[in-house]
Amino acid sequence: MAHFVEQIIFGLTVGSVYALIALGYTMVYGVMKLINFAHGELFALGAFVGYIFLVTLNWGGLLGPALAIGCVAIIVCVATALAGHALERVAYRPLRHSDRLAAVVSALGASIFLQNVIMVVWGAQYRAFNASLLPTIVWRVAGQSVPLIRVFVFLTAVVTMAGLYLFINRTRFGLAIRAAAIDQGAAKLMGVDVRKVIAVVFLIGPALGGLAGLLVGIYYGQINFNMGQMYGLKAFTAAVIGGIGNIGGAMIGGLLLGLLETLGDAYISGAWKDALAFVALILILVFRPTGILPERVAEKL
Amino acid sequence: MSLARHPLAQSQKSQRLDHQRHDFRFLQIAGVGLFLALPFIFASLGLTSAPYILDLLSMIGLYALLALSLNVILGMAGLFHMGHAAFFAVGAYVTANLNLTYGWSIMATLPVAAVASGFMALLVAFPVIHLRGDYLLIVTIGIVEIVKIALTNDIFGWTGGPNGLIGVSRPVIFGYRVVKPHDFFYLIWLMVGISTLLFHWLENSRFGRALKYIKEDTVAAEGMGVNTTAYKLMAFVIGAAWAGMAGTIFASKMRAISPESFTFGESVIMFTIVILGGSGHQKGVILGAFLVMGLPELFRQFQDTRLLVYGAALVAMMIFRPQGLWPPKPRLYRLPAPYDQKYPGEEKLKDGDRSC
Amino acid sequence: MLILSLSSVTKTFGGLVAVAGVSLGVERGQIAGLIGPNGAGKTTIFNLITGSIRPDDGHIFFSGRSLAGLKPHSVVALGVARTFQTIRLFPRLTVLDNVLSGCHCRLVSGVVAALLRLPSQRLEEKLVLKRAMAELEFVGLAERWSAEAGSLSYGDQRRLEIARALATEPKLLILDEPAGGMNERETANLMDLVGQIRDRDITIMLIEHDMGFVMRVCHRVFVMENGSLIAEGAPLEIQTNPRVIEAYLGRQDD
Repeated sequence: MAHFVEQIIFGLTVGSVYALIALGYTMVYGVMKLINFAHGELFALGAFVGYIFLVTLNWGGLLGPALAIGCVAIIVCVATALAGHALERVAYRPLRHSDRLAAVVSALGASIFLQNVIMVVWGAQYRAFNASLLPTIVWRVAGQSVPLIRVFVFLTAVVTMAGLYLFINRTRFGLAIRAAAIDQGAAKLMGVDVRKVIAVVFLIGPALGGLAGLLVGIYYGQINFNMGQMYGLKAFTAAVIGGIGNIGGAMIGGLLLGLLETLGDAYISGAWKDALAFVALILILVFRPTGILPERVAEKL
Repeated sequence: MSLARHPLAQSQKSQRLDHQRHDFRFLQIAGVGLFLALPFIFASLGLTSAPYILDLLSMIGLYALLALSLNVILGMAGLFHMGHAAFFAVGAYVTANLNLTYGWSIMATLPVAAVASGFMALLVAFPVIHLRGDYLLIVTIGIVEIVKIALTNDIFGWTGGPNGLIGVSRPVIFGYRVVKPHDFFYLIWLMVGISTLLFHWLENSRFGRALKYIKEDTVAAEGMGVNTTAYKLMAFVIGAAWAGMAGTIFASKMRAISPESFTFGESVIMFTIVILGGSGHQKGVILGAFLVMGLPELFRQFQDTRLLVYGAALVAMMIFRPQGLWPPKPRLYRLPAPYDQKYPGEEKLKDGDRSC
Repeated sequence: MLILSLSSVTKTFGGLVAVAGVSLGVERGQIAGLIGPNGAGKTTIFNLITGSIRPDDGHIFFSGRSLAGLKPHSVVALGVARTFQTIRLFPRLTVLDNVLSGCHCRLVSGVVAALLRLPSQRLEEKLVLKRAMAELEFVGLAERWSAEAGSLSYGDQRRLEIARALATEPKLLILDEPAGGMNERETANLMDLVGQIRDRDITIMLIEHDMGFVMRVCHRVFVMENGSLIAEGAPLEIQTNPRVIEAYLGRQDD
């Protein structure tokens, strides 16, 4: 049982990263009804931008961990937001009025393109983050070990998501995003500038995804050019679990998927861990395509 | 396919178009003939790189076969299926197991691989077939990922885990053992040819029409009396069975198979071959196989950047030519008497220039 | 003899009652009209009959057979064909291909026959082309057989939808606002066409807002309001029924 609580903490840590990425999928899908396959690559890009500053330029050593991570997080968010904006302009905007299939294939192409840009620039091998960036503190709480780094990742993700939640629910522009997600046509009639909503969604989503990439880099200490593929699929699964297009749902879905995976890993089978997410994905799409939240809650979120 | 036209109604323009079409057909036949003569041409030239080129052409043929089978599902029925590698894998592993464990000859495993893949398709597609568009896409991605994980984990002890299965034998056809690159070249392209013909008949039948209606508008198709669920499933089963047979050939050509050959990435390649070439048009799909599998080989010295270019090309294609390089023409029928005399077809310039 | 009967059919959408306990019967060989203000539940009735949605309560019988639980394609096979309120052709396919979609349910060739190109399959293909062309001649679109359906004029698209529905060899044809968007001349032609269809021993049930059309064409008229049937009878009776005038015709005068 002692082990169990640690697994929960681990699951929440991984899950909060999934949730951060899932937000990008769910916001884009909500507004554009498009699966942004390249989102996982933006996540990877975030990790590599972080790598430039923390490892190549060694800001961690120069500025101290707290300041370095703070500055780099902002840089990563800005960089991936700009990349996301460019992606939308080049690969998606020209296709807003064409077939869904065309948009899906364009998203795939953009994903392949970005993945290989990362590979050409940084190579195919794993890249190591500095291990000593955060002090390896492990607290003992009631007999459970609670590593600082997990708390750090989890809190960063949760605070960011709370900020987003407030933005979506408490501001006029957040209202516009929610309106566009429910019905683009109606939102347009009500005076919502849908183009602007899409543009902003393609800034926020990638920024969150990039931040998640940085967190993964710091947490696992190593990154790879194709890391975006698996994380992307998992995060998309999280978005579907929470009800695609539903911002609160993506957060809950991410955390649930993280828990499901770590518990499955610990108590069922490590080798089949990755399959769990996909089985969950299929089961939910077959039996409850609107996600696991009750519909009324889904609407409110 | 030419239009039934009243002789007197035939305008100058339409004659010219027909003429061009015939020239084009002749070019196509000549091209196919030349292509099939390549092994002999290489041999007579004493080309040292001939085995490599023939091997590449066989690989292109194999992917053409896979893409043609995917075309039944994606191109004809319009179902977004991005997990075709899963069915390819079932065929390859069934063949490898039957051959390695029970000593079956490769060609004897071919129908079993087809049936196994088709059955697997029925099993996995049945619960998800009602999902619309991109949801189906995601589910099929999930399926191919699960299959790959199952293969890696040596499911039922059948798959050899991450290392796969090694030592599959060569096919023997009427006592002739298929070993050399040119043997496989002919075997694979023969299968491509037969498949193209069979699928052409399939497309131009009641079954093919039903798929076309489903692709255009599933609700209207159901409303006109097409059992859309059954037809979608049948498309899946046929496409998967063919992918299974491609798996048989793949296993015996490579002699060793492992999970890496059956990934999501492989599924994406098959998917893009169909889309780039011309979804729903078999010649276009074969062209797509040449481009997607062949072009990167030509640019091997740019190994690092070729996938990058490929990704960018996909985006550009969808923006500028989403229907693919060589899209299908609308089907034109030869009307039976007496209608062929009474109702000459319309002049369709648009299709005329789409035909080449 | 009743070819179609509904008994206390109810359908609600998320708390909104679209059809509330409607019972009605259509005689074989009749042309029946279903009228009522927008949102009265007319199209819902059609969707219920054709199996695209299922009733929450009540029964629908066609030729004495219950349609409960049947999917749309099975209902078509039994002999109920329809056109849609918003035209729902296959716009990128040819006119002929559109009509052939209607023929589908009367053909038998399957995958194996197609893959092997059996003689029976080829014969069937030949016959079906004749059948489809005959249907196109019937609605006057035979010359346009090779045109893209989406390129036809609005009126022609409506006629093509009728041809496609007729190709299913229906006993009951359901037309949802067949004259919608048509000009006077086209509407007049449509009236003739509906008469000719009826002469082929096909029962017709139609929704139409053009009162002149309904009153001239229909043998019997059903009036709906707010999901309920408020009147039925011969056109003359309906025209003088005070309840109908109040609910429907009166409202139109505002």
